[in-house]
Amino acid sequence: MLDPMVLSRIQFGANITFHILFPTISIALGWFLLFFKIQFNRTHDSSWNQAYQFWVKIFALTFALGVVSGITMSFQFGTNWPGYMKTIGNIAGPLLAYEVLTAFFLEATFLGVMLFGSKRVSARVHTIATFLVAFGTTLSAFWIIVLNSWMQTPQGFEMIDGQAHATNWLAIVFNPSMPYRLAHMLTAAFITVAFLLAGISAYRQLRGSKSAANKAVLKIAITTAAILMPIQIILGDAHGLNTLQHQPAKLAAMEGIWESGSGIPAVIFAIPDQKTQSNLYEISIPKLASFYLTHHWNGEVQGLKDFPNKIPPVAPVFFAFRIMVGMGLLMLLVSWMARWQIYKSQDIKPWMAKILVGMTFSGWIAVVAGWYVTEIGRQPYIVTGVLTTTDAATTIAGGIVLSSLLMYLFLYIALIISYIGVVFYLAREGDKAPVSNTITSTSKSYAQ
Amino acid sequence: MIPDLGQASGWLPLFFLVAMGIAVLSYVVLDGYDLGVGILLNRATDEEKDMMISSIGPFWDANETWLVLGVGLLLVAFPQAHGIILTELYIPVAIMLAGLILRGVSFDFRVKVQSHQKPLWNFLFYLGSVIASIAQGVMIGRHIVGFDSGLLGWLFALLVGACVPAGYALLGSTWLIMKSEGALQLKAVHWAKVSLGFTALGIGLISIATPFFSPEIMAKWFALPNIIYLAPIPLTTLILFIIIERTLTTLSSNPQQKMWVPFVASVAIYWLSFFGIAYSLFPYIIVDQMTIWQAAASTESLWLIFWGAAVVLPAILLYTFYSYRIFWGKTVPMSYY
Repeated sequence: MLDPMVLSRIQFGANITFHILFPTISIALGWFLLFFKIQFNRTHDSSWNQAYQFWVKIFALTFALGVVSGITMSFQFGTNWPGYMKTIGNIAGPLLAYEVLTAFFLEATFLGVMLFGSKRVSARVHTIATFLVAFGTTLSAFWIIVLNSWMQTPQGFEMIDGQAHATNWLAIVFNPSMPYRLAHMLTAAFITVAFLLAGISAYRQLRGSKSAANKAVLKIAITTAAILMPIQIILGDAHGLNTLQHQPAKLAAMEGIWESGSGIPAVIFAIPDQKTQSNLYEISIPKLASFYLTHHWNGEVQGLKDFPNKIPPVAPVFFAFRIMVGMGLLMLLVSWMARWQIYKSQDIKPWMAKILVGMTFSGWIAVVAGWYVTEIGRQPYIVTGVLTTTDAATTIAGGIVLSSLLMYLFLYIALIISYIGVVFYLAREGDKAPVSNTITSTSKSYAQ
Repeated sequence: MIPDLGQASGWLPLFFLVAMGIAVLSYVVLDGYDLGVGILLNRATDEEKDMMISSIGPFWDANETWLVLGVGLLLVAFPQAHGIILTELYIPVAIMLAGLILRGVSFDFRVKVQSHQKPLWNFLFYLGSVIASIAQGVMIGRHIVGFDSGLLGWLFALLVGACVPAGYALLGSTWLIMKSEGALQLKAVHWAKVSLGFTALGIGLISIATPFFSPEIMAKWFALPNIIYLAPIPLTTLILFIIIERTLTTLSSNPQQKMWVPFVASVAIYWLSFFGIAYSLFPYIIVDQMTIWQAAASTESLWLIFWGAAVVLPAILLYTFYSYRIFWGKTVPMSYY
């Protein structure tokens, strides 16, 4: 029961799940803030400044949660996966070092200027600080996705005495799955934030907000989501084909395909059974999987049984994939309907506002489900073909790992509840607070 | 034990040891003063609390990044030691992280929640700061004794754990002397006096106890002629303590005079203590078990990070300096956003 490997996986999984929620928002929200800032500099319309002032608070809170949970991760590499750095430290090391050196200090330092410096620096410097923070968050996403993609599709190295040594850094950075994963993740971040902006703006509108800034943000958010959703679906499909080529076992688990063959059906629903290596209660459409995976109705697709002893846990991958796709389709539908209403009447209907409020954090669900697909789908390896998760795990007693796990879980759950609570509280306060005061004083300092 | 330093495989690990040392020392001093402010928070009025936190608001994020760089360099430059050290430090690390999480999020939550919840987040800010400092002390202590699993090894680690909050409170209060005015500044002078005594006690106890855990460390310090070369370290530390004590006494009557002296002198004490510990441990990264050369990553990986660091670190120092210049001088009350 108290297997330190299993507990370490749950703990790291909990930590990384908690962590990814916040960078997903700060990566894209930073660029939205820069957009608000530039619009204000350009038009001097105070709505843009109000939008900036409101959302920068949520940005600061999100960023803080991302920083503290990220620090936890940098330690857990060592505390829970000592075998990881020992084996691939020569590859992961420089990539992580470049993330800290080029991105972390940049974003953290200019965040101070961005949050507290608006009265101490010129409007131009403040805009540059906002840009550097947005740039830093995106750069940090780049480095960590390079490392993760290399763990999925490693190349450009050789093994000497059980340790990986780099032979070609360009091949390591531009490994086969990196461009797909990076594009998919960055787009996911923008869609998550689009729904966050839309949800909170709709919430304020439902509560009677007359703020022009709020309405402008609502419109921009819905338009962004409506444009990005179809792009994301195309990117996701391309990423899937890339997975088929480089990690066929993961793809077979996503699709719930056990037997290899031609003319493979697309499984809509089933309960995959790892023991009997088959699906229970399967509902499927004949030949469709062969068609969208190989673009031939009778195309050859490999099933899980072709990968003995290397089959990932099928059910979690299979269901997480369906949750991600289902959420994506729902987001596509909602964003297009909402955009249609704005096109028709310059506004959304109250029932649509309610749906948007309900979907404020829908991006989180899709993002986390997507990461579960790619991370659990890589098992039993931590680095495909190089290092198994078991070999990387800690030797610490299970009881100790369990206590730290419970402590983290308690903290994370309490913090997620507080975060969501505060975001909605700020939304309610956004229309109550006498904003005019602070706006005039800051406008003055911008004008200087 | 020390290889040819003319070759890259010899000097690169040494370079990264120095870089890691600078990162850890920067962390201890920089996050030290803001953790110190957190430790002192419970002794202030509500208005002073806002002022105290405003004084560290623009910096804490970047300060904490030095910790990521420190553990990052351990991870990237010395992967063979990274797993062993962090496995040994599993419990204090987990506790420290919980403390840092609580403190980091309280920064933002305390100004954004409904006003009746604010005292709760203030308290969590204080609590997180205390927990993180104690845990860091225990980590340093465990490392110095080479993870000795006996009762004395643990007692020593707990002793260091008890001293670190006092040391951080000294940094925090001397920081506040520079950044605040009026009643809060006078309070900070008083806090500095109290924490100064405890810091001196802590450093004294640790200096006496450390050599007893390792005959090698004992020999390094107390054999002739080393003891003569090294004598300036404890002597300068003592002089610095006296200077701080004197300045604090003048400051309580005339707070505008030399208000930067206690902070700068406290930082100097940290430099000296750090040098003392580094001298005791070198060339081991895990005392009496593994040297930095045994723990180092491959030379080609170290080269790659070396060039990255050589280009980027000066830029980091430059913009960090720029950020401190923007927020130079006394803290403006509640200058949020």
